[in-house]
Amino acid sequence: MNEHDMSLFWHLWVVVLTLGNIAGIYWLIRWTSKRRPGEVAEGAEMEHVWDGDLRDYNNPLPRWWLWMFYGTIVFALGYLTLFPGLGRFEGWLGWTQENQWEREVQRAEAQYGPIYANYAKQDVAALAANPEAVKTGRRLFLNYCASCHGSDARGARGFPNLTDGEWQWGGEPDTIKQTVLHGRQAIMPVRGLTGTLTDAEVDEVVHHVLSLSGRDADAGKAAAGQALFMAQCMACHGPEGKGNPMLGAPDLTNDIWLYGGGVEDIRKTISQGRQGLMPNFSDFLGEERVHLLAAYVYSLSQH
Amino acid sequence: MEQQQTYNYKVVRQFAIMTVVWGIVGMLVGVIIAAQLVWPVLNFDLPWLTFSRLRPLHTNAVIFAFGGSALFATSYYIVQRTCQTRLFCDGLASFTFWGWQVVILLAAVSLPLGLTSGKEYAELEWPIDLLIAVVWVSYAVVFFGTVVKRRVKHIYVANWFFAAFIITIAVLHIVNSAAIPVTLFKSYSAYPGAMDAMVQWWYGHNAVGFFLTAAFLGMMYYFVPKQAGRPVFSYRLSVVHFWALISLYMWAGPHHLHYTALPNWVQSTGMAFSLMLLAPSWGGMINGIMTLSGAWHKLRTDPIIRFLIVALSFYGMSTFEGPMMSIKTVNALSHYTDWTIGHVHSGALGWVAMISIGSLYVLIPVLFGKDRMYSVKLIEWHFWMSTIGVVLYIVALWIAGITQGLMWRAVNPDGTLTYSFVESLVQMYPYYFVRFLGGAIFLGGMFVMAYNVWKTAAGAKPVNAAIPQVAAH
Repeated sequence: MNEHDMSLFWHLWVVVLTLGNIAGIYWLIRWTSKRRPGEVAEGAEMEHVWDGDLRDYNNPLPRWWLWMFYGTIVFALGYLTLFPGLGRFEGWLGWTQENQWEREVQRAEAQYGPIYANYAKQDVAALAANPEAVKTGRRLFLNYCASCHGSDARGARGFPNLTDGEWQWGGEPDTIKQTVLHGRQAIMPVRGLTGTLTDAEVDEVVHHVLSLSGRDADAGKAAAGQALFMAQCMACHGPEGKGNPMLGAPDLTNDIWLYGGGVEDIRKTISQGRQGLMPNFSDFLGEERVHLLAAYVYSLSQH
Repeated sequence: MEQQQTYNYKVVRQFAIMTVVWGIVGMLVGVIIAAQLVWPVLNFDLPWLTFSRLRPLHTNAVIFAFGGSALFATSYYIVQRTCQTRLFCDGLASFTFWGWQVVILLAAVSLPLGLTSGKEYAELEWPIDLLIAVVWVSYAVVFFGTVVKRRVKHIYVANWFFAAFIITIAVLHIVNSAAIPVTLFKSYSAYPGAMDAMVQWWYGHNAVGFFLTAAFLGMMYYFVPKQAGRPVFSYRLSVVHFWALISLYMWAGPHHLHYTALPNWVQSTGMAFSLMLLAPSWGGMINGIMTLSGAWHKLRTDPIIRFLIVALSFYGMSTFEGPMMSIKTVNALSHYTDWTIGHVHSGALGWVAMISIGSLYVLIPVLFGKDRMYSVKLIEWHFWMSTIGVVLYIVALWIAGITQGLMWRAVNPDGTLTYSFVESLVQMYPYYFVRFLGGAIFLGGMFVMAYNVWKTAAGAKPVNAAIPQVAAH
């Protein structure tokens, strides 16, 4: 809720309670400081006794403590005059956390914007050869990408390795930029394109997939699996299983496995499907910073 | 009627003993999770031993089991002694003991199982919340029933603080725990979004203000003048700081939610009132420490007095630190860092635990008919272990927290963040180790205490002191 949306009733409620409590505290201090007729002398013991020997002295409030208390009250009243606090009253400074944030972002843009604008004029491949640009790109990567792809960009299960020159969505500089800018969504359907593969058929497809990268596979099952592959998998992965970067369908012949290359991992991928999501960074980082990030990612597989 | 001529020490004894037991359990869990932060392998890949489940177990055990039992024990003792009358309704008092123990056991089972409402310091699910409410209302009946039948005209200052604590905790617990049950083990908060966050931290900060501050001040107001053998420094100061403390604390919660979806005006009032809390908080410290004036030499000779006075010093330190951290610009650095954890522990170990330990060393011999604890030397040892432990803990987390805050905001000339999050985490290893060490030393002190209490109580005949029949004034 914004300050401006507050109704008059709640506005007054807040003002009265806030100032009332502060005024009450001030009155309390004054009232307690006052001497009363018939009271024992200052510094003497009060007349009450509890539990045999518990008593208290009638000492005055320590002066330094009292001034500290008054000081904080004055500060609080001053603060509530300058800053928003008393209901709808916006404070003399007109400060809000939103406009503080906007000012800071503007200041940062004024200071750093030209650096990125300058980089944006060069193409991604050229920036990938510029050590200063790569350094800045790497810093961005460590803060925004490393939590999934790892500090070394070698990825993890479900998150592609960005250093091996193999690309799920294509490794051209501008393609990488598109991937970061707009995100990607990959879907491996459950039990083939039509969703009809039985457990036995899945098993056969698993063996065919293993054979594609030259791994040990049951030849009979692999042969049966090939026919199923042509009907159920080829549309995305291609007849030779080389994949299709347009669809984010991985190459199955290079022995690189996004979701694990064990027999059971592959079986799970086929029988349960997979969903991969690369978030979109256009709103969060803006195109110029993404441009630089793409250059860093591109540089990773260039040597 | 013989019953009415003695004080009810039985329930006090029960709570006093369980204070030591739960202190060890709660702090042990704390040391385990501190160790997990240094050696993550210590969760053994078992879900119920993960940090996320043991952490709420630790906080609930130290606050409500250890702190709660200490408060039940001392408030029941103090209210009887200062009202010069037996505790109201023995049966109900006994019910609060057993009821509270059942709540603790249910927490110890349900939290590791992952059953949680997700509200900090109020994680327990709704059936346990209901039991807490019943036990707490019974506590209020016993306490206020005793105050009503007092044989002393004036109500002693310690009882003001206990009274405020009991009433406020009832209100906080019931309002914040309001939830819609879905199953026996799952409920959802009755409040939406930012409002839920505000209710939660109104509860959270007042749990600090009333459970961990006001109530322990009640304890302090009895045991400091008793042990020092001196009158309380200033009656006027008691009055001012009591009313100022309880009215100002109510507003301070929003400082937990600076720079969030909470409206600006709530954040600002929260900060302004947090700063005004400084003087009322220090009022309690001054009244406690100055009570010793004329008896300063006891600090050298009596380790119990040292416990009480050092506790007050930590109280003064953390109640200075708190208002400073509530200032938005300071909070922008300190929030979400381990500085907050260090701040909490300077209050929890330095103030709450040490004032409780000191008070128990006075109380336990009385309850078992002894002149003093089995070994004063061991109290001395415990004192130094506690002090060194808490100092190591809070210094480590000051450095850790400020390091984190500075690393998170450091910016390169190109506007990128200088450090990734994991780099700040790697920096924490030495500090997390020292914090673990400090906690382990503090826990070691609790074992020393347990031994001392065992040797004092074992074989001793529990006593129930006679109530003086002369009316006081």
